[in-house]
Amino acid sequence: MKLMRAIAGVGAIIAATVSSHAVGAAEDTIKVGVLHSLSGTMAISETTLKDTVLMMVDDINKKGGLLGRKVEAVVVDPASNWPLFAEKAHELLEKDKVAVVFGCWTSVSRKSVLPVFEQDNGLLFYPVQYEGEEESKNVFYTGAAPNQQAIPAVEYLMSKDGGGAKRWVLEGTDYVYPRTTNTILRAFLHSKGVADEDILENYTPFGFSDWQTEVSKIKQFASAGKKTAVVSTINGDANVPFYKELANQGIKASDIPVVAFSVGEEELAGIDTKNLVGHLAAWNYFESIKTPENAAFIKQWHAFVKNDKRTTNDPMEATYIGFKMWTQAVTKAGTTNVDAVRTAMIGQTVKNLTGGTAVMNENHHLSKPVMIGEIKPNAQFSVVWKTKDVVKGEPWSPFIAGGKPAAQ
Amino acid sequence: MTFVKIISVAFFLFLVATAWNNPAGAGDRPDFAGAVAALNSDDFDEKIKAVETLAALGDPRAVPVLQALLDSRLSAAEDGRLLYADGDVYRDAMDGQPVTGVDPADLSDVSANNRVRGAIEGAIGQLSLFDPNPEKRRGAARAVADSKSAEAVDLLQRALAQETDPATGSVMTTALAGLQLRDADRTVRLTAIHTLASSTDPTMLGLLERLQDGERDQAVRRAADQAISGIRQRIALIGIGAHLFEGFSLGSVLLLAAIGLAITFGVMGVVNMAHGEMIMLGAYATYVVQQCFRMWLPASAFDAYLVVAVPVAFLISGAVGIALERGVIRFLYGRPLETLLSTWGISLVLQQLVRTIFGAPNKEVANPAWMTGGIDMSGGFILTWNRLIIIVFCLVVLGALAALLRYSRFGLQMRAVAQNRPMAAAMGIRTGRVDALTFGLGSGIAGIAGVALSQIGNVSPNLGQGYIVDSFMVVVFGGVGSLWGTLLGAVSLGVVNKFLEPYAGAMLGKILVLVFIILFIQKRPRGLFALKGRSIEG
Repeated sequence: MKLMRAIAGVGAIIAATVSSHAVGAAEDTIKVGVLHSLSGTMAISETTLKDTVLMMVDDINKKGGLLGRKVEAVVVDPASNWPLFAEKAHELLEKDKVAVVFGCWTSVSRKSVLPVFEQDNGLLFYPVQYEGEEESKNVFYTGAAPNQQAIPAVEYLMSKDGGGAKRWVLEGTDYVYPRTTNTILRAFLHSKGVADEDILENYTPFGFSDWQTEVSKIKQFASAGKKTAVVSTINGDANVPFYKELANQGIKASDIPVVAFSVGEEELAGIDTKNLVGHLAAWNYFESIKTPENAAFIKQWHAFVKNDKRTTNDPMEATYIGFKMWTQAVTKAGTTNVDAVRTAMIGQTVKNLTGGTAVMNENHHLSKPVMIGEIKPNAQFSVVWKTKDVVKGEPWSPFIAGGKPAAQ
Repeated sequence: MTFVKIISVAFFLFLVATAWNNPAGAGDRPDFAGAVAALNSDDFDEKIKAVETLAALGDPRAVPVLQALLDSRLSAAEDGRLLYADGDVYRDAMDGQPVTGVDPADLSDVSANNRVRGAIEGAIGQLSLFDPNPEKRRGAARAVADSKSAEAVDLLQRALAQETDPATGSVMTTALAGLQLRDADRTVRLTAIHTLASSTDPTMLGLLERLQDGERDQAVRRAADQAISGIRQRIALIGIGAHLFEGFSLGSVLLLAAIGLAITFGVMGVVNMAHGEMIMLGAYATYVVQQCFRMWLPASAFDAYLVVAVPVAFLISGAVGIALERGVIRFLYGRPLETLLSTWGISLVLQQLVRTIFGAPNKEVANPAWMTGGIDMSGGFILTWNRLIIIVFCLVVLGALAALLRYSRFGLQMRAVAQNRPMAAAMGIRTGRVDALTFGLGSGIAGIAGVALSQIGNVSPNLGQGYIVDSFMVVVFGGVGSLWGTLLGAVSLGVVNKFLEPYAGAMLGKILVLVFIILFIQKRPRGLFALKGRSIEG
């Protein structure tokens, strides 16, 4: 009896700590920290990015390592728990002494680790589209800033091809990214002459699953006679029941198009997309784009995870570009010293998987192309609009007050 | 004489002009091929023009091609021919004949955007206004009303004249009235407003409101005002009905999640934090059954997978529940804190186990055809099939469980053990075995709930976490140990939540419900229905 109890207790402890395995290793390796949630609500999205970093590390070691040394990944699991992100970041920087960290998905987690990186002078590569209004010398932002995703998407929906939307529903999950993005979008819509009564802003909690009332509200708002579009900043799990409810209530993309900023190939894999054809997503990368670089990347990915069915997505490309740029910068600087690498990072170029070249600008944001894709029945996107050239990432939106602080 | 001459000259000129307008000359439908080919144009404007040409030609051959483009099934072969996929075969877009020896790798998709799709829906509407199927004619009438094309009024009038089905006729009348709101003649506008005044369609409300903006005629304005306020009232009434349905639906989901807990926590008094994981196991069982059907059975049998999944999920979750009870929980009876901690630990172990086996990303569980879509009630309110079926299903599960407890020998033993263990043991009941089976039953029902929940939400390793708090809330609110309390608790929480949501928002609505429960528990610590049982004595 006592034995059984002891086993149960040990089981609980093991479970709580199971995936945080920081490996102590030999001195002559370059350590790379991986700070992505492997459990909890964000595991669905972040596990893929952990695998991407491991694939890149594996790749560089096969090519002989960096500065003549092997690269070693230190994987920790912050478990979708925002304060734990800060703790784990601390552990990576102080205990494991990693040269660089690839990590975070939600803006809450990034805000949580930011003071740690600034205090310890660490280096974080953040691979996800975000709301902007931030610029730290310790962070390189390889995902899209609002002017590389949100603003072009809304402009597209306003255009003739996008349906000429006049009325807007801003539907989001209740946390910093959707709220800030929607503040920017509201100001942008005002500047385009859209009145407040034509904007409906609505928030739901993380993991929300009963969308009946919300979707009927959208339908009702859309019945006022003007063309209506929905801008969705819904994050994580809540997207699946949201799209199921859209399909069941018969909302067709030609009537009320929904453009999403956080739904990619990975998220669509959990949804039956037959009834969602035509709804949109705005990203800087789509798996369906045919270039030699992308084909090679997909092949390498499938070989690494030993599964032909796994999809690729935008944050993976951002991780790929970030990792490549960091190795180039380290090679150029000849050291992994954070200050030297930071200087060497500016101006680094990596070929985008979708064509063109990504450049790291002085504001620590990339120049990347912007694309709008439509959902297809096979859970992929077909590109319906894309910028002719790359767009430079601007973290400080001109549409809202506040703006860049005078001194960094 | 001169008059005749003028006429003949005019006639001659007319002939020349027609011939000039129609350079292709002899062919009966000269543009069909050209318009179909133009569907593959790079320019979306060209595509829309081609769609409109096809609609104007009135050729029924165009319908499957346009439908294919709408569903992203149309593709271009390397030689420029357009093919559309029809099940497993490819057909030529020009004549609908099957084409053999096509390698899908050589095909490139013909793309459409939402503007093209809107045009296609209008075009298909025009082409199928005279379709023999009344369902299609109704859809066509709605699509035509949206398409705003010039011929729409004319077409609808012709279709209405020969319509025999009254339901379809009334849809057409409404659609026609909607279009006639823009008529230049004020009497036509007035009649249209009167027709629409009895409608409950929010789209028509939108059209009337738009009419108000540009209308100068006072009489028309007044009539429109009246019509608008009448429609608004009716829509508000329907809205209350809709909220009630949504409340019942949320209540049924809460109830399904909570029934199993009403047994393990309610009857046995085990604080089972792993209850959510039993639901999750049921959802994954559904996924596995679905994959088996996809792999080994013909596609026609696929829709039945959900029926098979119910007993499978019950058995799997039930077996895990029994193992859990025999392996861990039975040593912890009467010690709620230790039970709470160890079941919570087990819940984490189960989550990680599922994550290791199936991977962290969500699994796609498709709704069978009989669970997609809904019945279109008036006022823009749609009774969705999946919600409706889940309400019925949940009542069936509850009824079956109540009958089992009330009428079966096992139910009798279960109640006896719950009420007085030593006495039940003295009567010769093997209490240990009853405990294991009761826990298995509660877990198995949680598994069944997982089958239903996989139809409306995510199937991911943390599926259960979202329901555990709600389940405890329902059971505590309804009264620990009482099935009817659980039913009433779930439904009232669902309805209150849904009536608060539109005014307070999803976040605040939920908080208000929680505050309400806290206050309620202060007044009635044992919930709506208090029962006697081991859980209260302990």
